[in-house]
Amino acid sequence: MTTDSTFRTEMIEAREAPNQSRGVLGWFRANLFNGPINSIVSIVVILLLARLVWPFLEWAVIDADWIGTTRDACTGEGACWVFISARFETIVYGFYPEAARWRVDIVFALLAILVAWLAIPGTPRKKWVALFTLTGFPIIAYFLLVGGSFGLEYVPTRAWGGLMLTLTIAVVGIVGSLPLGIILALGRRSKMPFVKGICVIFIEFWRGVPLITVLFMASVMLPLFVPGNLDFDKLLRALIGIMFFWSAYMAEVIRSGLQAIGKGQNEAGQALGLSYWHRTGLIILPQALKLVIPGIVNTFISLFKDTSLVLIIGLFDLLAIIRAGLTDSNWLGFSTEGYVFAAAVFWIFCFSMSRYSQYIERRLNTGHKR
Amino acid sequence: MSEATASRTTAPGSDGPMIEIDHLNKWYGSFHVLRDINLTVTKGERIVICGPSGSGKSTMIRCINHLEEHQQGSIVVNGVPMTNDVKRIEQIRRNVGMVFQHFNLFPHLSVLENCCLSQIWVQKKPRVEAEKTAMEYLERVQIADQALKYPGQLSGGQQQRVAIARALCMRPEVMLFDEPTSALDPEMIKEVLDVMIELAHEGMTMLCVTHEMGFAKTVADRVIFMDQGQIIEEAPPNEFFNNPRSERTQLFLSQILGH
Repeated sequence: MTTDSTFRTEMIEAREAPNQSRGVLGWFRANLFNGPINSIVSIVVILLLARLVWPFLEWAVIDADWIGTTRDACTGEGACWVFISARFETIVYGFYPEAARWRVDIVFALLAILVAWLAIPGTPRKKWVALFTLTGFPIIAYFLLVGGSFGLEYVPTRAWGGLMLTLTIAVVGIVGSLPLGIILALGRRSKMPFVKGICVIFIEFWRGVPLITVLFMASVMLPLFVPGNLDFDKLLRALIGIMFFWSAYMAEVIRSGLQAIGKGQNEAGQALGLSYWHRTGLIILPQALKLVIPGIVNTFISLFKDTSLVLIIGLFDLLAIIRAGLTDSNWLGFSTEGYVFAAAVFWIFCFSMSRYSQYIERRLNTGHKR
Repeated sequence: MSEATASRTTAPGSDGPMIEIDHLNKWYGSFHVLRDINLTVTKGERIVICGPSGSGKSTMIRCINHLEEHQQGSIVVNGVPMTNDVKRIEQIRRNVGMVFQHFNLFPHLSVLENCCLSQIWVQKKPRVEAEKTAMEYLERVQIADQALKYPGQLSGGQQQRVAIARALCMRPEVMLFDEPTSALDPEMIKEVLDVMIELAHEGMTMLCVTHEMGFAKTVADRVIFMDQGQIIEEAPPNEFFNNPRSERTQLFLSQILGH
């Protein structure tokens, strides 16, 4: 008797996927010229790009003047980078006394080493290095940069400036706002009404005020309220303002991560007898922070760029010092070079952060998550 | 059915009560989820709790380790009365292992780390010792070869076995199972049930919310049927399945066994 059923007697072995890579030309054909309309669009876009990019390259690289110390070196054809190189020291150190600039070098070299140590996977003793970066390093950096003890010359913060000031503000802002943001985010989810209330008010206040207002308040209004001759440093006030402002943003980014972690994770921790802080520190936060790395780095990047707002309260960060150079009567008319250079420096830092965040995201991905 | 009694290795009730639930009442808002629950579980006893969804079975066992807070009545676990004091709750939780429907393994930690975490942080064991214990239990649930993988790389059945090992690593006195096989593909249910049966034979006190009636017949000392937040019927398995007394139980059994 025959039936409609069929059955397999031999299993099919796995085969290799058909070869899809066809070299550079193949890629162009498949992605840019796979049809008349796409070809036209591709050609138009390429021509447009050439029209825009080429003149810029011509100005910035090919016709540019690189060597020299004075304005006479500028031929006027393209960009005159002599403007930057002649005042490079000022752009990096601001008005920091020349004799003491080695202190700045040490601090930022040390910072670079520590950051690299923490950022590169596989380096030993990360825990201790991290601890040192957060405790020992700030103290060393403070004494070196401010001076006034150990026989070091005192350098008031109003003499700080340029890239060094930008980096100081950015690093303090980043290192301060992340832990503060974590605490605020946890507090906002607390069941204790008092803790929750304080965190909500803090976050909503700082998030509702523009950063410029915060800086103005810190530099102009705060001294009016503080009694007598108790004088906070202007930079310190700005740093605290920036830290609070960005910690509010950070808190909301982190809270979104906390909310994405299922209730089951916390319950599993509870069932194992783990305390609140153990559950938070070992189970919830590692997962939540990993989820919101893009948001955290986004906030870092915003913070980094917005450090340039301190110029409105008279601090000379990278952008402000370049602007100051534009008014130098020997160097009138080089604003394009100045701004392009400032933009490039900011871009390099922000783009590095962005790339590192993408790298770390891939690295932390334990995959196949349900 | 004789196999229900034949398979026992430890006589239930040989020691004092492990869990005493007395007049337990719980509300979600105005909804009365648990109504006057009384239940005493002796050491080494295996209890299966079944009932329609929404009947309060999960809520009841989640009250035992205070994942749910109750409003009235008392719960005593291994001689320790449950209060709202955090230290007391954590003390009780150390003695009570729990396995969840959705495994709830920590996805950012490897299987081994999942099993070591609470040993290291709650029991303050040195890492080497914790790992030894963890490997011992992973061996017992036959998943030691996957110890360095992450939960996301394992099948559902494997994950649930890791979850059981993770709970056992704390050497609990009681194990609570909250529908441990409900989220599994059919072909993986058996591997998890086998582990649970083995555990039962070793004399572990178990409370098990499950719809696996075969499991109930094999290992349970008592089957509890719940509906609308109350215990409707409570009987040894062969009596429960062959001769249910309440009408609701009969209806429920006819629905789950009738196909």
